[in-house]
Amino acid sequence: MSAQANHPYHMVNPSPWPAMGAFSALLLAIGAVFYFHDEAFFGLPGAYKVAPGLALVVLTMALWWRDVVKESVKEHVHSDKVSTGLRMGMVLFIASEVMFFAAFFWAFFHHSLGFSTATMQWPPEGIEVLDAWHLPFYNTVILLTSGVTVTRAHLYIEAGMNQKAAKWTWITAVLGVLFLGLQAFEYGHAAFGLSDGIYPSTFYLATGFHGFHVFVGTTFLIVCAMRAQKNQFSAEKHIGFQSAAWYWHFVDVVWLFLFVWVYWLLGTPVRTF
Amino acid sequence: MSTTATHAHDDHHDHAPKGIWRWLNSTNHKDIGTMYLWFSVLSALVGGGLSFLIRLELGEPGIQVFNVVGEMMGSEAKQFYNVTVTAHALLMVFFVVMPALIGGFGNWMVPMMIGAPDMAFPRMNNISFWLMPPALILLVLSAFMGKGAGTGWTLYPPLSGLAGQPDMSVDFAILSLHLAGASSILGATNFITTILNMRAPGMTMHKAPLFVWATLITAVLLLLAMPVLAGALTMLLFDRNFGTAFFDPAGGGDPILWQHLFWFFGHPEVYIMILPAFGIVSHIVSTFSRKPVFGYLGMAYAMASIGIVGFIVWAHHMYTVGMGVNYRAYFVAVTMAIAVPTGIKIFSWIATMWGGSISFKTPMVWSIGFIFLFTVGGVTGVVLANAGMDIVMHDTYYVVAHFHYVLSLGAIFAIFAAFYYWFDKMTGKVYPEWAGQLHFWTTFVGVNVLFFPQHFLGLAGMPRRYIDYPDIFAEWNMVSTWGAYITMASTVFFLIVTLFVMIGGRKSVANPWGDGATTLEWTVDSPAPFHTFEDTPDFTGGNPAAHPAE
Repeated sequence: MSAQANHPYHMVNPSPWPAMGAFSALLLAIGAVFYFHDEAFFGLPGAYKVAPGLALVVLTMALWWRDVVKESVKEHVHSDKVSTGLRMGMVLFIASEVMFFAAFFWAFFHHSLGFSTATMQWPPEGIEVLDAWHLPFYNTVILLTSGVTVTRAHLYIEAGMNQKAAKWTWITAVLGVLFLGLQAFEYGHAAFGLSDGIYPSTFYLATGFHGFHVFVGTTFLIVCAMRAQKNQFSAEKHIGFQSAAWYWHFVDVVWLFLFVWVYWLLGTPVRTF
Repeated sequence: MSTTATHAHDDHHDHAPKGIWRWLNSTNHKDIGTMYLWFSVLSALVGGGLSFLIRLELGEPGIQVFNVVGEMMGSEAKQFYNVTVTAHALLMVFFVVMPALIGGFGNWMVPMMIGAPDMAFPRMNNISFWLMPPALILLVLSAFMGKGAGTGWTLYPPLSGLAGQPDMSVDFAILSLHLAGASSILGATNFITTILNMRAPGMTMHKAPLFVWATLITAVLLLLAMPVLAGALTMLLFDRNFGTAFFDPAGGGDPILWQHLFWFFGHPEVYIMILPAFGIVSHIVSTFSRKPVFGYLGMAYAMASIGIVGFIVWAHHMYTVGMGVNYRAYFVAVTMAIAVPTGIKIFSWIATMWGGSISFKTPMVWSIGFIFLFTVGGVTGVVLANAGMDIVMHDTYYVVAHFHYVLSLGAIFAIFAAFYYWFDKMTGKVYPEWAGQLHFWTTFVGVNVLFFPQHFLGLAGMPRRYIDYPDIFAEWNMVSTWGAYITMASTVFFLIVTLFVMIGGRKSVANPWGDGATTLEWTVDSPAPFHTFEDTPDFTGGNPAAHPAE
């Protein structure tokens, strides 16, 4: 691009990652369908049919974001205008994620509030629900605490103290891992399986997608902790960390809705329609 | 900093990369827009070809085309008819109209109209495009693997569930829509950020061109509606492959839930297809009337209110599922309310032309065609908005006629209008006026002969999505198929002329349309250089692209 460009924007250089990501997604999709229908796919057994596509998608993401970090810390192309754009992009992405969860909450409320003619009571007959005030409550405490620790890390970054921020970001990530461990334990001890009707359907997909988002958020935080250790954030500019923190708060809020509605208020006692 | 936009194009920046890597690795909004447009043309050839097959089949009673075609495809005639209807709809919605209006013209024109050098996230822009060919490949697989997905574009369970279509075809269709949806969400993020963050100094939102407004509102609808479809598709995928029961009453689920989720996406989706068309028509009507748009702010906020209200009317697609009468009364009322902002737009276009110095160039006749035909489709929409009427006309050809008037004759007319309007800007060539006019008039006659009789068929009770019909419906079906012949001939003519013009057309100028064209894209050369507005234009002293009053 020209050196004398007279605008504050970032004209990104040509990049192979978008096309690579798109065709990796195609490979992933075809592998998934062949796995669902038990068709031969590169001689891979069962769910491993999604592995090549998934590996390439993850690789593409890593290489792509590595370029973004490089552009920020080495090439210094993220002007104030560009930074504003990046932050807007993150907010909009989270907005779309909110609507993704809206679909699963819709499915849950459609059945649990009696809008469906097929549901006579909630929770449905034969479903032994999990006690909201054991593991789910501990997980609520863990996530709320992690909201505090990530804010503490944020304040350290704003004070220009990257190493302390790194420490508190690591603590947040550990809380995320702890949450996932407890959720895995809970899944392992639940009295219902995924295919036991509408209750497990809504329960596992809503909490499961939330758990997946905790995993993504934790990964994002770990990357930020390592970047903080390398002093890559400044008091004025730390979009990567800010995005991770916003994402973490979003995941936190989704959990509060899950806890209050799925586990607690519409869990026990049984309501009939 | 340069203060006038006319200095914004410097030819020495015009060094595009060469070969296939220019396209695969592109971070240039014009190249990506061009790829979107070609992709849309490719999909239109397939999707249009399928619709021609449908009309050939329905030209007379009995089964005469799909027994042959179905056999060639290793499928049974009626099933392959359903597959054709499904693929035609999905292609036209996700692979023709959206890529053309948003990906194509949006990418090309929005950055230039706001005086920005490119989109906010040029690299992400490229994955928005490149996700589309994989999505198209998956859609083609959905038609040819197994028995083919014959569910209709609405993918209603139980037909789309394991009980209806157990083989891999529907799974391919679901994942095709997942990829197309991801592409749309990323594109929407990009457009919103670009429009909010990168407008030229002095260009407040209340000075932004209406196509920019239209694209912004469209992008917001995409951002909020598409993830709901993604969630619903995921549930369907799990119902089919992992034993969940979201839409299966045997497990306590409910197929109506699918309809709610689908139409909560699906209704904003129809505005996603028409709002960019509104923006385009506003520009063209203003340009060729040599007057500013009448009621500019009203036009902008009419689109905004259509977008907002579009989110709370979804169940008017579901009047026949047994909803309570109070729900139906609500959905009738809010649906009819949308006619108000739509009316504002129609009357403002007419008021823009009123007293103007109108020249009936090709883009203008397509736009006037749009206004007329969209109004017809809008009026039948008001009829269908009434739950009582819809009980009778639900799933008849009246509905088919209605949505083809607003989409096939609305959105597609706007795409052609935009094509002729910006052809010079994108290719640097002049499109021969006689060819554009001939294309318009033949298409106008063709599509009206095609779709108007379908109102009569629907009112007489002919149901949609069937390969055959009683003899009583034969006459108007025959007329409708004549319309398809005319339209097809017109389209072939258009494709041939366009190829010739692109190869050997006369060279055009920066602004072929004169004083009426007052947006920034007309201040740069035709074809637009690879990089534009590397010097930001300045709006603080007024529109630098406006022509002084004579």
